[in-house]
Amino acid sequence: MKLATLYSHGVAAGFPSPADDHKEKSLSLDQHLITHPAATFMARANGDSMQGLGIFDRDLLVVDRSLTPVHGDVVVVALDGQLTCKVLDRHHGRLLSANDRYPPIPVWEGQELIVEGVVKASIRYHRPR
Amino acid sequence: MLALVDCNSCYASCEQIFRPDLRGRPVVVLSNNDGFVVARSKEAKALGIGDLQPFFKIEHLLRRHKVAIFSSNYPLYGDISHRVMETLKGFSPEVEVYSIDEMFLNLYGLQEQWLDYGQRIRTTLWRDVRMPVGVGIAPSKTLAKLANRAAKKIASCNGVCALDTPQKWQWLQKRMPVDKVWGVGRRLAKRLGHLGIETAYDLAQANPKILRRHTNINIERTIEELNGVPCLSLEEQPPAKKQIYCTRSFGEKLTELQPIQQAISLYASRAAEKLRAQECLVASIHIFLHTSPHEPHYYSRSTLVQCPYATDDSRLIASLAKGAIAELYRPGHRFMKAGVGLVELVPRSLGQGDLFTAGQPARAGEMMQALDRVNQRFGRGTLFLGAEGVHKHWKMRQAYRSPAYTTRWEALPLVDV
Repeated sequence: MKLATLYSHGVAAGFPSPADDHKEKSLSLDQHLITHPAATFMARANGDSMQGLGIFDRDLLVVDRSLTPVHGDVVVVALDGQLTCKVLDRHHGRLLSANDRYPPIPVWEGQELIVEGVVKASIRYHRPR
Repeated sequence: MLALVDCNSCYASCEQIFRPDLRGRPVVVLSNNDGFVVARSKEAKALGIGDLQPFFKIEHLLRRHKVAIFSSNYPLYGDISHRVMETLKGFSPEVEVYSIDEMFLNLYGLQEQWLDYGQRIRTTLWRDVRMPVGVGIAPSKTLAKLANRAAKKIASCNGVCALDTPQKWQWLQKRMPVDKVWGVGRRLAKRLGHLGIETAYDLAQANPKILRRHTNINIERTIEELNGVPCLSLEEQPPAKKQIYCTRSFGEKLTELQPIQQAISLYASRAAEKLRAQECLVASIHIFLHTSPHEPHYYSRSTLVQCPYATDDSRLIASLAKGAIAELYRPGHRFMKAGVGLVELVPRSLGQGDLFTAGQPARAGEMMQALDRVNQRFGRGTLFLGAEGVHKHWKMRQAYRSPAYTTRWEALPLVDV
């Protein structure tokens, strides 16, 4: 068995490529968009209430659960058991759309608002897939 | 110190992650082929739904109580389990995956308030993954198991129990029947009962030398562990599987040979795929076929086939399995289940073969690599063996399967905007 491993070693012949020293990892979108892989999930936008912020129907949402939601964040919330994407208005305790046709949604005292994650990015396809 | 982190009703909790409307509601998950209940949310347990109950027997009960029913969705559970594990690595560099829903952490060298630390693990896993867990912390694995049980059963623990002093673990051991101790099965518990050992505490106090004569060597280690002396080490890397089985029930009982051969070909190529993933070759294959044990003439046969050479070629493995199952098959039976086991594995690096016996042709290896790459890129089943058949009528029943939310683009959760 030892013999076999001996021969299976690749033998370097010729000059090494001068580019080897300058090798860098290729860019990866994962690295750019996903800081907490275990806490990140992806979702599909369904509707037009967030168009003002550039989130259109069928866009891809990159949602990070580990981020603490702050005022003004685009968030995914569980509203009456439905996953919904809105802007978090902490100061007035309400959820905002980014489309004039949709009024703000007040969150009443005692009503539980569960933020499921912060939308870190959305991805728009400019050519139908 | 060690921590054992155990997901609460793991599969049911996975189903609630992308369905907030189901949180706090009764949820059950059925086994492969929708046969039995294999997971129940807390609310489903409260309705009196037992573990492993046949689905058809309790279906009316589930419907009456509006219980959410799911078929097993292993792509989802596997992904979530991986996320739990990755999150836990933030709490300890040494994590041992004990099962899909249980992980041990080595907390050696940490000086922490253990209850706070356990709560931090819980809140982080809930925040990042939406997975509820129980945490048991103790100096040995056996005690950590015990602690985990207490964390879940005793409401005032609030999901975390730390057994860091003998007073604490002895208090618990006195209230814990011996069969609940890790590694003590029902049979052993019965034998211990004859010796007057009823509780975990009795066992911890027993004389190992005397007990050993009545039981086995492992009991000595269990006793040490119950007294806070760690004997079982943390296996950081689970060893490569020594055997690979792919076994399934058919969606309907099969009487003809052809669909059975198609099914076995699929199981064989699934097993071969796993074999290649762990860089092994197989030298012998176990094939079996049986009817339901509830059928009047229970029929069950198995056979072991020797491969002509150590191989990882799906085509060869499937054709051997297909040939073998034809030998096992008898007309006139309603077959329920078949399986392929790759039982004699050799690492690929050792499987070079010698000069005098033919080994697997190099081109076969290359072809399998190409096959795996295509299926990884374009989805499982893009390329498959013709022997598997095109219309897989015998496929498992999975009538209530949820989308693979985290592993398939077309199954991503929809968010209203």
